[in-house]
Amino acid sequence: MDFEFIKQVIPLYIEAAGLTLHLALIGIILSFAVGLLCALIRYYKVPVLSPITGFYIELSRNTPLLIQLFFLYFALPNLGVKLSSFQCCIIGLTFLGGSYMEETFRSALETVSRVQIESGQCIGLSGLQVMRYVVLPQAVSVSIPGFCANVMFLIKETSVFSIVAVADLMYVAKDLIGLYYKTDEALWLLAISYFILLLPVSIISGYAERRLRYAQFGSN
Amino acid sequence: MPKGGCAMLSSEAIDAISKAFSVFFMGKNFIRLVMGLLVTIQIAAVSVLLSLFFGTLFGMLMTVKNRFIKALCKIYLEFMRIMPQLVLLFMAYYGLTRTFGISLSGEAASVLVFTMWGTAEMGDLVRGALQSVPAHQYDSGMAIGLTDKQIFRYIVLPQTLRRLVPLSMNLVTRMIKTTSLVVFVGVIEVVKIGQQIIEGNRLTVPTCSIAVYAVIFFMYFFVCWIFSLMASVIEKRQKEA
Repeated sequence: MDFEFIKQVIPLYIEAAGLTLHLALIGIILSFAVGLLCALIRYYKVPVLSPITGFYIELSRNTPLLIQLFFLYFALPNLGVKLSSFQCCIIGLTFLGGSYMEETFRSALETVSRVQIESGQCIGLSGLQVMRYVVLPQAVSVSIPGFCANVMFLIKETSVFSIVAVADLMYVAKDLIGLYYKTDEALWLLAISYFILLLPVSIISGYAERRLRYAQFGSN
Repeated sequence: MPKGGCAMLSSEAIDAISKAFSVFFMGKNFIRLVMGLLVTIQIAAVSVLLSLFFGTLFGMLMTVKNRFIKALCKIYLEFMRIMPQLVLLFMAYYGLTRTFGISLSGEAASVLVFTMWGTAEMGDLVRGALQSVPAHQYDSGMAIGLTDKQIFRYIVLPQTLRRLVPLSMNLVTRMIKTTSLVVFVGVIEVVKIGQQIIEGNRLTVPTCSIAVYAVIFFMYFFVCWIFSLMASVIEKRQKEA
């Protein structure tokens, strides 16, 4: 282990981790929005839009992000659509994450039983009020562990971004291996960086899951 | 861009696309791509089978009531979950060679990594399914005088398997999708062959990347989609029962 070398390259890793986090954050926020929209469309079975959403979800869930990125970055320019690598990453991550978020949100919405909704309607709540006061509070708490798992999944998936020349953690590590042949140091730092990024998310999701189990105790 | 550029663009685009797809009729390009897909599927299949086996053992180990074993399993699971698979792949391919002098081929490194990761994920599924069998099932079994072995064989196992089948199908699609990463460690699989085809026809069909990547995209889609479909069919049938 060359600690002098490690000391020198740590700033590179911090910068790259910032970039990874930055891209992941934008991707997560956008996929949250896309996921919520799609989940509502599928939940209310909006005509026309619902099958289209279903098709999108199948397409995005059954293809790897790597191939989606390749398509965006190398294939689309032939059709005159030139995207920067940043745009590619964000579009790719949103395309992938949207469907995962949708699955989480929709299954959470569907766990709220019909009885609850009908009771709400019986006491004279409007459709919006049923959503706001009956369905959402229950669905949100059910969806939190799944949401955390998705966040972790999406941050992990950013590791393939180096293929479209984004200088993320993976890219820095590959660079250092290629330039200085310091494989051990580069890989250890890479693993530690991802650990620091993802351990808090993992702990929070474990905590959320436990809390949810307490909340559900006795309900079934 | 002149007025009506959009219409022009679209006809040009259609032209470019149809020209791009012609690359598959040249030589053995399409067959080669399918062969590449087979390499991917092979790696996925070996890792899936191994992780189903080891994952079941690992899941049973996780339900053991020994603190030390539990903690070890938990650490392994968390480590495998937190590390991106690509990082693990790099560690197995470059790290092992440099540190221990164990030089694995790209294929071997990928199978090793996907098996270790799949074992962790599968183990967690098995643990969840085993623990979801409520305690009164065990008690009822004991009450009618079954031995521990019989309780496991006739009561726990059938319920666990029912829950496990759709979940592990989903894991299989995830593992197949993850196999796309093996191109990073120099395995000649579908993406690499696609790149070779693109480079080889750079001068004759400069736009062929769109066709190649679209075909790879749908190849992955169909392979994974079959498993997703089976999972959802089984799940639906179980719900009706």
